[in-house]
Amino acid sequence: MTMNSDGPFARPTKAQNMSISIKRANQEAIRRIEEGNAMWVDLRLAREVVPGMDEHTVFHAGPPVAWRNMCGPMRGAIIGASMFEGWARTPDEAIAIAESGKLKFDSSHHHRAIGPMSGIITPSMQVNVVRNERFGIDTCSTLYMGTGKVLRHGAYDETVMAKLRWMNHELAPLLRLALHDAGGIDLMAIAAQALQMGDELHNRNKASNPLLITKLAPHLVKVGERDKVIEALRFIDNAGHFILNMVMAGCKGILDAASGIPGSTIVTTIARNGYQTGIRVSGTGDQWFTAPAPVIKGVFFPGFGPEDANPDMGDSAITETMGLGSLAMAGAPAVVQYVGGTPEFAVETTMNMYEITVAEHKTLKMPTLNFRGTPLGIDIRKVLETGVTPVINTGISCKRAGVGQIGAGLTAVPIECFEKAIEAFAATRGVSVD
Amino acid sequence: MNIELPSGDLQVVNIGLESFAEDLRSQGVAVVQLDWRPPAGGNARIAALLAALEDDDDEQ
Repeated sequence: MTMNSDGPFARPTKAQNMSISIKRANQEAIRRIEEGNAMWVDLRLAREVVPGMDEHTVFHAGPPVAWRNMCGPMRGAIIGASMFEGWARTPDEAIAIAESGKLKFDSSHHHRAIGPMSGIITPSMQVNVVRNERFGIDTCSTLYMGTGKVLRHGAYDETVMAKLRWMNHELAPLLRLALHDAGGIDLMAIAAQALQMGDELHNRNKASNPLLITKLAPHLVKVGERDKVIEALRFIDNAGHFILNMVMAGCKGILDAASGIPGSTIVTTIARNGYQTGIRVSGTGDQWFTAPAPVIKGVFFPGFGPEDANPDMGDSAITETMGLGSLAMAGAPAVVQYVGGTPEFAVETTMNMYEITVAEHKTLKMPTLNFRGTPLGIDIRKVLETGVTPVINTGISCKRAGVGQIGAGLTAVPIECFEKAIEAFAATRGVSVD
Repeated sequence: MNIELPSGDLQVVNIGLESFAEDLRSQGVAVVQLDWRPPAGGNARIAALLAALEDDDDEQ
């Protein structure tokens, strides 16, 4: 099945918006989200499957941002990616190429792609392909590399580059064979199960990652050499959040199907690039509403503190947009050991998120709240009425290029994004208060 | 005009700013706190937009 010719990103016309009830439009958005699914079906080179991925193209997390405004860790990841691609031999050469204007930058969200933290994707990188079968949408994501000194957090020394090469040239082809043998893996089924086991599918994947391994292992053993299979399974296990990037692609594919619904006030994207935080709203299609990226209140690795922290960055808030992550914290009280806070705070956070959402997910449920569905469908009107903005739990990058992850913590989407969004949404319906 | 102050036990519901409730609690007065903030944080323009974009009551 394919989308209609306008695609899910089409911006509704004013006539369409004015004639449709907001409540019904939002119900349609929720219907599409709940009917969507997410099958991890393939791993391919980005140049083969990411729309618009040409040579010297760099897609990044968050709303569009120019090189001159990119933060240190995003620049660091581009330096590493440029050396991986062979565009540059040294960091200085990579910076010179970026400054020369030779690289084409754009938001991954414009190209059916997504990635945590800097989210850098270049043509020779292997990417996950996740399919929303109900709505015929394929979404790609980077491969999860682990924590600490990793490319997505802006590190690029030889240990990082060696791991990136191994993941691309050895791990991904092996996973691809196993995945084909499995006929795909249902990520939302894993998500639903993991929620029952204390995960929130953003910064806590203690259940979902092993569940993924359980699904993969028989097929890996069937298609791979013994030592390579052991190495792959150990890597996925040690990485801890390997499934996150596939879940992110799944969430994006599901939410993209709910984008572009005339009259809908539901948020379909939350994303940050370390310079700005941006949201997109169903009824205003692909338009971004941005504000400066906020700082993160967090727990830091030994030797680092708030003075080292980069502002909020990454596409992983697509999990919160889907009602997972911080919105589902009540179901994952142990996540506070990683991002800060108390189990009571986790419950309080989820309860607050019900105040700004229009539905509760029918299949994603939290046993700690008597199997109540996760808060679903962030409504820009409810955010503005209450002044409660979506909470995000996230990794923290060092603001200096080349260092990597230095902690994890909590932040929130700036209210300014929603103020801009309601103005634009009102304009689509011919509403003015001047 | 004379205003009679309550002479029995006070039954207080505090709406909004919680520090008012805390002051009373510190004096041993039982208070039910109701969280409330002005819509749109008091931003009149946003509040007017929200009023114009409300769901219709008769919608299903």
